[in-house]
Amino acid sequence: MNAVELREVSLVMGGRAVLSDISLDIRTGELLGVLGPNGSGKTTLMRAILGLVPVQRGTITVLGQRATRGNPAVGYMPQMRQMPHGIRLSGQDFVASAVNGYRLGLPVVNRDTRAQVARALERVGAQELAARPLSEMSGGERQRLLLAQALLGNPRLLLLDEPLISLDPSRQQEIVTLAKSLCTDLGITVLFSAHDVNVLLGAIDRVMYLGNGQAAIGTVDDVITAPVLSRLYGSEIQVVRVQGRIFVMSGNCCAEADEHLHDSHSPSINEPRKTHSHHA
Amino acid sequence: MPEMLSYAFMRHAFVAAAVVAVVGGAVGYFLVLRGQTFAGHALAHVGFTGATGAVLAGIAPIWGLVFATVASGVGMGFMGEDLAQRDVAVGLILAFALGLGLLFLHFFTTSATQATTLLFGNVLAVSMHTVWVLTALSTASLLALAIVSRPLLFASLHPELAEAKGVSLVGYSVVFLAIVALATAECVQIVGVLLVFALMVGPAAAAQRLTRSVATGVLLSAVLALVEAWAGIVLAYYSNWPSSFWITALSVSIYVLVSLRRPAGGPLAASAS
Ligand SMILES: Nc1ncnc2c1ncn2[C@@H]1O[C@H](COP(=O)(O)OP(=O)(O)OP(=O)(O)O)[C@@H](O)[C@H]1O
Ligand SMILES: [Mg+2]
Repeated sequence: MNAVELREVSLVMGGRAVLSDISLDIRTGELLGVLGPNGSGKTTLMRAILGLVPVQRGTITVLGQRATRGNPAVGYMPQMRQMPHGIRLSGQDFVASAVNGYRLGLPVVNRDTRAQVARALERVGAQELAARPLSEMSGGERQRLLLAQALLGNPRLLLLDEPLISLDPSRQQEIVTLAKSLCTDLGITVLFSAHDVNVLLGAIDRVMYLGNGQAAIGTVDDVITAPVLSRLYGSEIQVVRVQGRIFVMSGNCCAEADEHLHDSHSPSINEPRKTHSHHA
Repeated sequence: MPEMLSYAFMRHAFVAAAVVAVVGGAVGYFLVLRGQTFAGHALAHVGFTGATGAVLAGIAPIWGLVFATVASGVGMGFMGEDLAQRDVAVGLILAFALGLGLLFLHFFTTSATQATTLLFGNVLAVSMHTVWVLTALSTASLLALAIVSRPLLFASLHPELAEAKGVSLVGYSVVFLAIVALATAECVQIVGVLLVFALMVGPAAAAQRLTRSVATGVLLSAVLALVEAWAGIVLAYYSNWPSSFWITALSVSIYVLVSLRRPAGGPLAASAS
């Protein structure tokens, strides 16, 4: 059985077609890199898998059922992380609030909850954050808490929306390794969106590349090629491989100006506009 | 001490203040946590309009208060979950309500004392009947808060995830603001429309600075509110100054003291980035 199946799926956001007529399968237990330029629909697709974005046409099947809100077998680490400001709750209480958070009643942190939280924190190597107040944590530390929170309730499918944002390169590698271990040790299917494929190489089983309302899925060698990416970007793209790293470059200049700051530590070049910022 | 308890109005004041302070403290904790203090502030002002309207209609002011605040709270909840949108919604409802309040005041014929009491509260003038009403309202709002507190906390701290798990963000926003509205209506009886912040926000904000867990935070917030309210009444009794002044002064002082307190300089504080 596939973890996620898309059949002729079209997604529309704010009147604009984000994905058109996509059919693909995400295999059970695979670590799938989700790539694509800004606005290509990575977040929208994940939210559609969660049942938060209505499917305009087609069907999305998640773990054998139609995609619907509240599926306990799906873990989620959102990209839009509006961290409540100046909150001095401990890391433990912050994560604990997500344990059975949908149930009515008092938010009692009992022994069972504490054990679940401790397990999740340990899994992401964040035990030392349990007692610290949220307001005194760095962005990367909060991110670990969110990753821990996504692991609560033993999900079988994990959607990680840009978990590498604002992490330094060694932390990035740690998170990738962690995601890989979740796949291999626990058999969890992981969707992992990112902006640089290089940090994922060696860990991901396959890659899904979004762009121009379309999607390509397959091995890195099959998908990250000049013809496929040219189609997805809608412009001439070159793919260069140097010493096992992949550089994606575009011919036309400065098509998009903004870039994710978090990528700037990374020496590798993945998206066209970065080629230019690099040479500049 | 025993001497002041020999007066019925003092006994009423202590009971009413206790009942209301506990609710204000507990509800206020979530209000501060969700960054919705502006909504609390606005609801209190809306309450003024409700109360003056009720007086004009010949109903007890408290029911006008309860009706206006709850209706506005529900309206604010529906109007926007998005932060910026939320403040605009709150501001619009506030402006409309105050305009309406002005109109009601225009027709006001009763003494100015009634308006002053609404604005600044007078816990020493609470009747036995009001004590019963307040107790009933408090029980209702505390019970409602207890029932929704877990999903409310989830929706406040992890909104996207909560939504994915089937928690309705708008739904809880509406329910919560209705609870806030009830609590506000009660607080108005003690400290008045203008000073609701003293009971709902001061203790909660101080408690949040002092604690790291939700349970202790809510408890401390309620306890602080209670202590401030009672101490305010005692000080008012001996000084003959208005109780609302003392409650406000205590609330602000405690918050300032707590904020000035240097984070103990231990290893935890040192590792903060
Ligand atoms: N709430 C919204 N209302 C209207 N349009 C939206 C909304 N959210 C996203 N969109 C549009 O949907 C498209 C896909 O957005 P999405 O967030 O899925 O992209 P993404 O691939 O995750 O981008 P990024 O790399 O910046 O995170 C974009 O064109 C965006 O403008
Ligand atoms: Mg995104």
